[in-house]
Amino acid sequence: MSDAPATGTQSITSGAQAGVAARRNDVRNRWLLASPALTIIVFAALGPLLIMLVYSFLQKGLYGGVIWKFSTQGWFDVFFHKDIFDDTVGFADAHLSIFWRSIRLSFATTILTLLIGFPTAYFIATKSEKWRPVFLFLVTIPFWTNLLIRTFAIMELIKNEGVVNSVLQWAGLITSPIQIMFTDFAIMLGMAYVYLPLMVLPLYASMERLDFRLVEAGYDLYATRWQVLRKIIIPLVKPGMIAGSILVFVPSLGAYVTPRILGGGKNLMLGNLIELQFGQGRNWPLGAALSITLLVIVMVALLFYVRNASRSGVKSHG
Amino acid sequence: MKCKLIASVAMSAMMIGLSASAALAEGQLNIFNWGNYTNPELIKKFEEQFKVKVTLTDYDSNDTALAKVRAGGHGYDIVVPSASFIPIWIGEGLLLETNPGGMENAKNLQDNWKSPEFDPGRKYTAPWQWGTTGVAVNTGAYSGDVNTSAIFMDPPKELEGKVNVVPEMADIMGLAIAYVGGEPCTADKTVLKKVRDALVAAKPKWLSMDYGTTEKLSSGDWVASVNWNGSTFRARLKNDKVVYGYPKEGFPVWADQVVVLKDAKNVDNAKAFQNFIMEPENAALISAFARYANAIKGSAEFMPADMKDAPELNIPAELVSAGYVSKTCSPEATELYTAIWTELTK
Amino acid sequence: MADDVAGKRPFSIKRQPGFGFIAACCFVMLYAPILILVAYSFNAGSSIAIWEGFSWRWYEAAWQNRQVIDASVTSLKIAVSAAAIASCVATMAALATTRTEPYRGMTAIYAAINQPLMVPEIVTAVALLIFFAIIKVNTGYQGLAYLIAAHSAFCIPFAYLPIRARLENMDLSLERAAADLYASPWQAFRYVTLPLMLPGIMAGAMLAFVISLDDVVITEFVKSGGQDTLPTYMLGQLRRIISPEINAISTVLLAISVAVVSVFFVLSRKGGKA
Repeated sequence: MSDAPATGTQSITSGAQAGVAARRNDVRNRWLLASPALTIIVFAALGPLLIMLVYSFLQKGLYGGVIWKFSTQGWFDVFFHKDIFDDTVGFADAHLSIFWRSIRLSFATTILTLLIGFPTAYFIATKSEKWRPVFLFLVTIPFWTNLLIRTFAIMELIKNEGVVNSVLQWAGLITSPIQIMFTDFAIMLGMAYVYLPLMVLPLYASMERLDFRLVEAGYDLYATRWQVLRKIIIPLVKPGMIAGSILVFVPSLGAYVTPRILGGGKNLMLGNLIELQFGQGRNWPLGAALSITLLVIVMVALLFYVRNASRSGVKSHG
Repeated sequence: MKCKLIASVAMSAMMIGLSASAALAEGQLNIFNWGNYTNPELIKKFEEQFKVKVTLTDYDSNDTALAKVRAGGHGYDIVVPSASFIPIWIGEGLLLETNPGGMENAKNLQDNWKSPEFDPGRKYTAPWQWGTTGVAVNTGAYSGDVNTSAIFMDPPKELEGKVNVVPEMADIMGLAIAYVGGEPCTADKTVLKKVRDALVAAKPKWLSMDYGTTEKLSSGDWVASVNWNGSTFRARLKNDKVVYGYPKEGFPVWADQVVVLKDAKNVDNAKAFQNFIMEPENAALISAFARYANAIKGSAEFMPADMKDAPELNIPAELVSAGYVSKTCSPEATELYTAIWTELTK
Repeated sequence: MADDVAGKRPFSIKRQPGFGFIAACCFVMLYAPILILVAYSFNAGSSIAIWEGFSWRWYEAAWQNRQVIDASVTSLKIAVSAAAIASCVATMAALATTRTEPYRGMTAIYAAINQPLMVPEIVTAVALLIFFAIIKVNTGYQGLAYLIAAHSAFCIPFAYLPIRARLENMDLSLERAAADLYASPWQAFRYVTLPLMLPGIMAGAMLAFVISLDDVVITEFVKSGGQDTLPTYMLGQLRRIISPEINAISTVLLAISVAVVSVFFVLSRKGGKA
């Protein structure tokens, strides 16, 4: 193209300009195509978040709602607490303990699902081509069933009159029912149950791409099964592990339904604390501030994942 | 093309849906009431008599109801708050003045309920049911004295870690204040500090802070709980080990009222409902379902026989003076109570 | 290496000790609670734990329960509308963001579309509560549109991802062939691209439908009077009356979700092979 005659060069430049114009046209068309989706999302998802940010800086109304006056009381109440009687200011350890409980339980849930999900994903990935879709289907179905139904199912198992206690009593192992419901443990169990498929699927995606020749090489070099697992398989599927962990940790942090039903109102997680402010707590600005705090924590976790994923050279999803 | 087709189908579906809901507005009534508190037979009777479609949405506590309605855009016509909250609702401008006191069936109101303190002349409210708040205990787990707030404020050994406390702030604060010896609605900071400390000390000994007492008491999931008398009555009918205790330190007497919201869309149907429930037979239907007393003359003959002598509905003579009528507390007191309560529920 | 000593299992490089057992446990754990729940929906007795014989009575009770029927109708209305809107809009968005070199703002669009997946539901629910309350008070309109809008918003990413996956795997040569045959861009789209994309769009619609049907948190906060959906009705019941009627309703919901997801699976596998 470079040794075209003079007139050709002319047409190339104008051709290039036409190319640029066409490209700009194309981009504009793409933006138009994407606009309905963006409108709906801005209206019903992103926009309200901004309003919520505004609300966190307003004064709370006596019986709920807000008074349109600027105040940082909402944000102050997230972290600090003025004792009603001594007027001393200290850390809001009630809030902090709820933060801590949420992070602790989400972390425990992630570990639990990892311990169970890793072998399961490995098992599915090492089955024949014919069987893999079947197993995948079996793992995905619980995920698409209603969250309420799954939480309810776990509740039926662990209630005092539930299956677990009945079986243990019938087997003579215990004499009176163990109180599992309404404890932190119950919440963790419920969340692990609900989010298990979310751990298995990314792990499976990673393991499916595992090159088993490397594993075979390890065995050829007299490695034990444990060494092969630790030094070859796990490092290779680390992206899947990280993706799965994020997919479990983030929803667990913001869980609302499961702690509400299994926690009995005494063991609050962040989601429940936020809801409380819009009901009995009568403190909308605080609720808004807490929501934004939760959002920030989640974004930090996601950022960590994105940086990690790109560092290990994995093409980011999509 | 397919996309356009789907989109037009969706649009028309929405149109139909919207127009349908608009058309139904003439013959509809949206009730917002406590959970498990409305007799389906009553609703059916009302629907047939007035050719109206009734929807029923429920809430668990006065605070939730107030919060939801105050947030705006709720879509309800009728709410049933407790009497102690009525002045708040009136003060916030949320109620429509429908004047039930002047309605046809107002003649059936019992004399002591004709012009109550919270709504003189009954300009806004029609009575639903009234009752007491106390404790419910499963005698299989604990056979000692149940007529005391110590059941949840300082649980006996057999009940430690097994008591449920219903998160109804007004009732619990009232019981706790009475327990430490204070006056109802007090704003005295020394008394309230004792209340706060007592509650916070008692909380680790509770099992949970949840609703659903009737079912969980009858099934044995809970062996003790703060509870309302009618709900305990219903639990006892299913599980005869459950007894109701009237705390001798002091217990609140509350009365729930039916009010019409100012932004109600179906005002005529709502007024008709207020009049409807003041008829003896209908009041009896309401009481028979939830097992509480009502404020209408002549309803007793239509109510189930076991309600006449039930211990939950007849306060023992020596405990009558311990009961106090739940009132609206001053804004300062309410602020303090909310602060204590949020400290507790965190 | 395969035939060491007779009777001993040949060494498989893929096998890890105990993994099969844990995987089996996993499947059992995933399904046991659900199966128990389904089993007890056929319980003739009214207690959740004591089995008293087989019976359909709870299904009949649920069918006759007016509130359940109303809630189901509302759920369906919202799910169908949201799925339709979400898949339409997601198709356009997918067309806008695939098979092209990155242009300015493309990642922003991508992030915005997937945002509902990243933000915790409770945060969105609370934000919508505040936002819609302002609108409701000022316009007085209280219909289902708020719920439909909210559901469409969080269904969009679920519809978008399968459609986008399908688009990216599509063979460009077919469209080029259409262009060679003098088809206009619109005709090429209508007669070639769209039919090829269809399995992806249907898959996206099914996913969006199931997600909308299952939503509880956002609906609970945004709904107005008389707008209970099946999940919010069940949430209310779960905190009070626990009769096997809930099991019956859950089983029906389960059956619907399983059916829809199965169709989705078949569609996406068919699409993959094509």
